[in-house]
Amino acid sequence: MSAVEIKNIVKKYSTKKTSVTAVDNISFTAERGELFGLIGPDGAGKSTIFRILTTLLLPDSGSAALLDYDIIKDWKEIRNIVGYMPGRFSLYKDLTVEENLEFFATVFNTTIKENYELIEEIYKQLEPFKNRRAGKLSGGMKQKLALCCALIHKPKILFLDEPTTGVDPVSRKEFWEILKRLKTRGISILVSTPYMDEAKLCDRIALIQKGKILEINPPKNIISKFERNLFAVHSPEMFKLLMDLRSYSKTETCFAFGENHHLVVNDSSISAVDVKKYLESAGHPKATVSNIEPTIEDCFMHLMSK
Amino acid sequence: MRALKFLLRKEFIQIFRNKLILRAILVVPVVQLIVLPLAVNYEMRNINLSVVDLDRSEYSRRLINKITSTGYFRLTDFSESYQKALNVVEQDKADIIITIPQGFEHELVRENKSKIMIEANAISGQTAGLAVAYSNSIIRDFNNDIRLEWIQQPRMNAQPVIEIVSSNWFNPKMNYKYFFVPGILALLVTIVGFLLASLNIVKEKEAGTIEQLNVTPIKKHQFILGKLIPFWILGLVILSIGFVVSYIVYGIIPVGGYLLIYLFAAIYLIALLGFGLLTSTFAETQQQAMFISYFCMMIFILLGGLFAPIENMPDWAQALTYINPVSYFIEVMRMIVLKGSGFFDLLKHFGIIVLFAISFNALAIWNYKKTT
Repeated sequence: MSAVEIKNIVKKYSTKKTSVTAVDNISFTAERGELFGLIGPDGAGKSTIFRILTTLLLPDSGSAALLDYDIIKDWKEIRNIVGYMPGRFSLYKDLTVEENLEFFATVFNTTIKENYELIEEIYKQLEPFKNRRAGKLSGGMKQKLALCCALIHKPKILFLDEPTTGVDPVSRKEFWEILKRLKTRGISILVSTPYMDEAKLCDRIALIQKGKILEINPPKNIISKFERNLFAVHSPEMFKLLMDLRSYSKTETCFAFGENHHLVVNDSSISAVDVKKYLESAGHPKATVSNIEPTIEDCFMHLMSK
Repeated sequence: MRALKFLLRKEFIQIFRNKLILRAILVVPVVQLIVLPLAVNYEMRNINLSVVDLDRSEYSRRLINKITSTGYFRLTDFSESYQKALNVVEQDKADIIITIPQGFEHELVRENKSKIMIEANAISGQTAGLAVAYSNSIIRDFNNDIRLEWIQQPRMNAQPVIEIVSSNWFNPKMNYKYFFVPGILALLVTIVGFLLASLNIVKEKEAGTIEQLNVTPIKKHQFILGKLIPFWILGLVILSIGFVVSYIVYGIIPVGGYLLIYLFAAIYLIALLGFGLLTSTFAETQQQAMFISYFCMMIFILLGGLFAPIENMPDWAQALTYINPVSYFIEVMRMIVLKGSGFFDLLKHFGIIVLFAISFNALAIWNYKKTT
């Protein structure tokens, strides 16, 4: 019995003129107690998958089950076992922190007391503001409150849709530590994020692009499967550098990555020295080239351009 | 049951926390109930009159005196030619022109008949109609006066004359406030109940909280009841405030008693809230809901029989009022407040409003299921 099992799910959004396939024949399985990440850019279909799994949307075709409960047939049971934290803050802004939590506890037919130990660690940070209205909390605090509300009924599976979008780096880090600890309590977690650096914190990730899964693997395996030489290239004239690198005969892909360009070559015998030689001949005497380890983002960009 | 109790608690916390809306709910109806009936006066006074007296005789002067002394007219212009009087009307300084032709007195005395021309500016149809009606009756009076002066009346009328004496039932003094205030009260309950209910549900959609609720085991009927009950109570509270105000300010006590009104209002509010719910299933944002409600309210109110009597409407519009719940409420309010109608007199109205309540709510729930 897997926590999440999706088979050939398709969901199209159609208007009169156009039809967009948000989820295109996706299948994957997330095991119990796993922290599973859906990684992909905006519009990849992450939220749609979440909405289908939390019984908010019906798929056009395909089937899915959470702990063997079918999402269409057993939607009533599913609503008792999942916790869902939507991408957009959607608690009552005009209710206080405590009132929100109490409300969601009651709606799930439980009390704060009953499951307090599960949220204790997070709620302690919120406690000083418990009489503040939810709308007046900072971004990170809002997310923590939303997480508390999603956890208050002790769900077996937790769905977090972009929980760290718009949250500062410190709070983001904290948030992921909380998730790790929740995992140790046996809660299966499905999380989506557009941030590639968060991907390596998951047990397994699915890279998604335009409704299709590019790859599912533990982050380490995705990186080790990269198997290509990757170089970070820098020069005073970055734009011309990008153009020149892209017209280099050995280049497979080249993208701007912060202050460097990341270059993937199609020939494993090419070394940093070879690239530098080429660049000098192309009019970049000050170019620096260094061999680097790939990140998830490199893998994603590489898979995307395939 | 516990979940419903908490939904209600949450709803009331939200209502009481929104100070502006709370004030608007409680204060605005009171102000409207005090201001509107005083401002909207169905009697016409101070109709601006322009007189063209080409005769300048004893009789023409008497006629003008008689007209201006009634208080309905205000002599704003005394032109020497018809053309000039017309200019005055064009400048909007006069509503009506009375032209007394040359030789008015001469003809009246010699030939026993004479002519006067009345012209009204019909840009405002109501003013024109009333002005002509008033001046007609004044001139008829004047006519009687001079006939009395001239003819020695015989002991018995030569021709049989039927004298008409009218009496106004249920509102003997024709105090239009008695008839207007219950109508306004009905409208206030309607607007507040309908608008707040439809906006409130859409607000949950806008804030995304409805999704959060949809993934909980909460049941649809609990959610809907949780939304309807607070506004049902609020509607009845406004009705009560309205009755207190109309007693204090206008001394109105429903002849037929409060119980029947509350019974009807309770069912009416269920129908109305069902309609609000139906609106909210169509709208995605509060702006959309506001627009839909606004247009529906416009039609409901203007065809509700408060501002224009339903009997005066063309047939097709009268047919529309049959499917207008507001018109039933206004009618019932008047029947109970003024006439003291009992339950059995209102059986038809009760039946229809129950039908409305069932069908609106059924439609709303059906559409709610379809869209989510």
